[in-house]
Order: sequence, then C-alpha cells, then structure tokens
Amino acid sequence: MTVNTEAPAPAPAATTRPPNTKGAKKKSWTGLWFVLPFAAFYALFLVWPTFLGLYYSFTDKSLTGRPASWVGLENWAEAFGDERAWAALVNTAEFTLYSTPPLVIVAIVLALLVNRARRFGWFLRMAFFAPFVVPVSVVTMIWIWIYQPTGGLLNHYLQLLGLQDAAEPALWLQDQSTAMWAVVLTTVWWTMGFNFLLYLAALQTIPADVYEASAIDGASWWRQLWHLTLPLLKRTTALVIVLQLIASLRIFDQMYLMTAGGPDRATEVAIHYIYISGFEGYRIGYASALSYVLFVLILIVSIVQFRLFSRKED
Amino acid sequence: MTALQEKPKAAPSKRPVVKRRLKKPSVGAVIVYIAAAALAVMWLLPLLWAVSTSFKEETEASLGQPIHWIPENWSIEGYRTLFERGDHLTWMINSTIVSTIVTVLTLVLCVSAAYGFSRFDFPGKNVIFGAIIAGLMVPGQALIIPLFDLVNDLHLAGTYWGLALPQVVAPVMVFILKRFFDAIPRDYEEAAKLDGAGHFRVLWNVILPLSGPIMAAVAIFTFIGSWNNFLWPLLVATDPSMMTLPVGLGVVSGGYGLFYAQNMAAAVLGALPLLIIFLIFQKQIVKGVAGVGLK
Repeated sequence: MTVNTEAPAPAPAATTRPPNTKGAKKKSWTGLWFVLPFAAFYALFLVWPTFLGLYYSFTDKSLTGRPASWVGLENWAEAFGDERAWAALVNTAEFTLYSTPPLVIVAIVLALLVNRARRFGWFLRMAFFAPFVVPVSVVTMIWIWIYQPTGGLLNHYLQLLGLQDAAEPALWLQDQSTAMWAVVLTTVWWTMGFNFLLYLAALQTIPADVYEASAIDGASWWRQLWHLTLPLLKRTTALVIVLQLIASLRIFDQMYLMTAGGPDRATEVAIHYIYISGFEGYRIGYASALSYVLFVLILIVSIVQFRLFSRKED
Repeated sequence: MTALQEKPKAAPSKRPVVKRRLKKPSVGAVIVYIAAAALAVMWLLPLLWAVSTSFKEETEASLGQPIHWIPENWSIEGYRTLFERGDHLTWMINSTIVSTIVTVLTLVLCVSAAYGFSRFDFPGKNVIFGAIIAGLMVPGQALIIPLFDLVNDLHLAGTYWGLALPQVVAPVMVFILKRFFDAIPRDYEEAAKLDGAGHFRVLWNVILPLSGPIMAAVAIFTFIGSWNNFLWPLLVATDPSMMTLPVGLGVVSGGYGLFYAQNMAAAVLGALPLLIIFLIFQKQIVKGVAGVGLK
C-alpha cells in the first residue's frame, strides 16, 4: 500500500523511465483537448455547485421555486443558533466516537489473525470483506430483521444465553439509549472489511527479516506485536482514522434507513438534518448554509489527511 | 491502487516465514486458525440468516416463530412474489444502466484527462491540475443541495443522465491514472510516432494496452461505488420506476411490512450482483483497496 510503504519500487516500468523526458515536451494546445472534456464536467458538477451553494447560503432560495432574495448572513446566524443543527452535529460526533475504535481495533485483530492463517487466507479475506460490497439498503434490511424485539435473531440469542429477560426484550432501534449503538454495530459489520484489507496489506509489506531478527533476540509474540508490528502499522492507523472521520462526518444512509433519525431525533445526523431542511422544509438557502458548515469541517479533516499523506507522493 | 504495482516486491521476502509455519503447525497456529475460522463464520451469519429466511414460507419466517437456521419447509414463495411484483427487476436494470454510464464515462474522461496531463504541456496546465487536486478534498455529500438544484435546472431530474452525470466527476481517478501513465516509458510512443501514429493512436495502441490492470481497478471501483450510491439517487429518482436498486429496496421494499421471507429474498437478490462481481474480481478489488493511499 502506497501510503505507508516507501520502499517497494513502483511499477517495473517506472524504473526504466528515461531521464530526459522533460525536455521532449513542447508547449502546445494539443494536451488541452484531452483534458477539456473532464475539466468541463468537473467545472459543471463540482466547481460550480461549490460556489452556487455558497451563494445560496446568503439567499432565502426555496425548493418551491419562488424568486429568491438576498438575506445576507441571516441563514448563517440562524444555523449557529439552531439547537437541532447542533444536536445533529453532536449525534454525528457521537457516532464517530463509538464507531471509530471498533473499526480500527477489530480490523487490526482480524488482519493479524488472517495474516498468520495463510492457508485459507482467501476464504477469510472474502468473509470479512464481503459485507462491504453489499448495498446499504440490503445491509439495513437484514439488520432491522435481526434487531426485531420479538423474533429477532439478536434478542433470541441474548435470551438463550440468559442475558435478557424474554418478558422485556430490548427494543434496539426503537430505544433512544440503544439506537445509536445498534447503527454503530451494523456499520462496523458493514465497513470493517475495508480497514481490514488496508491493515492486511500493510502487514504483508513488513519484511520477514524484521521478525527474524527480533526472534533471534528472543522476543515473544506479544513483545513483537507491541514493539514491532503495531508501531509499523502507525501510518495505516493514521490513514484509517482520518478516512473514518471523513466517512463519519458524511454519515447518513444507515440512519435514514434504520431509524429515520429517531427515536426522538436520537440518531439524526448532520447530512440528515440538511436533507430535512432542504427537501422536506424546502429551504434551499438555509440548507446551503448548514451544508457549508459541514463542508468546512470535512475540508479541515481532508486537509489534515492530505498533509499527512501527500508528502509520500512525490 | 498503486499496490497493483507492488506485487512483485512483497512476495519473495515473505517466503521463508511461510514455509516454516506450514511445516510444523504449532499449538498457537492451530488456535489462530480456529479463532479466524470461527470469526469468519460469525461475520457471515447475518448474510446466511438472510438467505435462510428467504427460503422459508412466510408463516415460518414471521415474528415470534422459533428460530430455525434450516427452513422446515423450503419454499421459493418469497422470490416468486418478488418477481410477480416486478419492481425489483426494474431497479436492477436501472442500476445496471446508471452504473454502466458512470463507469464508461469515467473511464473515457479520466483516461483522456490523465493522458493529457501526463504527456503534454499546455497553457494553464498547472492551474487546471491544481484545481482538480483540490477537488480531492471536496466532500460531494455536502454539495447535494446546489447539485440537485443544478440538475433540476438542466431538466435532468428523474432521468438516467441526471442520476449518472454528477457521479462521473472523479478527480481521484484522474490522479491515479496520471501517475500510472507517468511511469510508462516513452520509448514505445516514440517508436509509434516514428511510424506516423497520432496522439489518439498512441493512447489507444500503446498506453491503453499497457494499462490493463489499473483500468480494471478504476472500472470496478467506479462501478461498485455507483451501484451502491444511495443519497444522490434518493434525491433524483423519486418515481419508483426510475429508482436504483439501493433506493428502491430502501424506500419501497421497507414497506413490505411483515413479509420477511419476501423481504429477505429482496435482500439476497439485492446483494447478489455485487457479491458475484466481488468473487470474480477478488484479486483486483483487494489490491485496489490496499493501494487506496491517496483518497
């Protein structure tokens, strides 16, 4: 994996790259024609909406199509004073806080296991990664079914193990205190495989002689893990955490499908509130201001990511 | 996705360790195998439970019934009613159309742009490339409001193009492809040019044949990403006949109520296409994730 491994040479082709390619290039318009189609799409569907959104945030534009007028900082002032918006951000942060540790730790543990279990590696890799390619609505359909208070698989086994009284089944998604955890568990199951593969790839780039040297020194498996493996995985962990932060800030699908933000808005997250303001409240202007707050938050995390990892790219 | 390129290096240094471990499986190794296998089976349980439920009769699948992993009476009732309703097939076709448009356009546009950036110098190159790199950091989900408005103004809402076009903009793919093209030696092109080949011929006959794996990776990931996209099609396709599979399953099928066999039949069929793609392209996908590096 490119992020944390400088050593392995890139494509064999790269090593045979002729040194004097720079001089061969002449400035001409030809290249622009190759770039232009993508650039046009890019300008229309990414650059333009970015500025359009900023502009809308200063207007009272509505989805109903009535003419919009300039309202200055009104939307922004409202957004910063909007308790529901803050609550949505807090819920987003809560989701991040609950989901990131298991998504890192479970991925590391499973990657360590699979890295050692070589013979059935392909089956294990497949089993842990498979949920990642399943569409979100399929994932939520299955888990809603598992979380059913009566007749659901989870409560069934909890009762079988004597951890739950059959007369008082846990409501999971319909209980304010457990809904977020239920969504987190589903998310960990669904997306862990991606991090798992990142770790597995990182583990496989650690040269064996590193371990051989420490084995000669008489280091135990645990010592190797703490003093060798985990430190070598630091860069991957940084990447996983940053990617997780960005993904968590954008979280929407699972909540929308599993709890619709409930019960009592306990799982209403940032994008969901933007969606509600814009598409249910018809307030495009206000939703744009909310979007921009989120936009800036994600941008900050992304810049951190970029600075952490781009220096490896030159 | 650069991991694609790392393969030859990683293997040799590993080999001695593997051999030693395979020769004498220690107690520790056996424990590792058992733990890993148990966890893998546990990880697959939700999917297996969906499959199991989908082959039950509705009465056996309904709430409050005892839990059987093997259906007492095997039945394809759930699948039959699903096909009789027909919308599942419509969504599947829609998803296929949209994801194909997105994948083909992404490949064409990104390959062309990457080639342009890699092989030519032209006025404004650095500015345009800088702008595209900046796009790596722009969160698409935070742009849905103005994007929706734009697509509405273009009269594309509720059409395949409205669903597909905004998903085509993938700066990261341009970046990945450009890096790959940069590494291809220019000698080959020089030879082709001496034979009188134009820029398109060079791209088509020299660069692309050397870029098979990276193109496959870009195509697979674009396809999966588009197929599983939820928020954008949720906004644009409000009519059930235009919905993609994830949206249809989430919005319409969620309303099947207590028909769990049918519900899980829909889930199984919904998971199947990409699971099959995953099984076929397992190698490329695993390597692609491993090389995610930049994004």
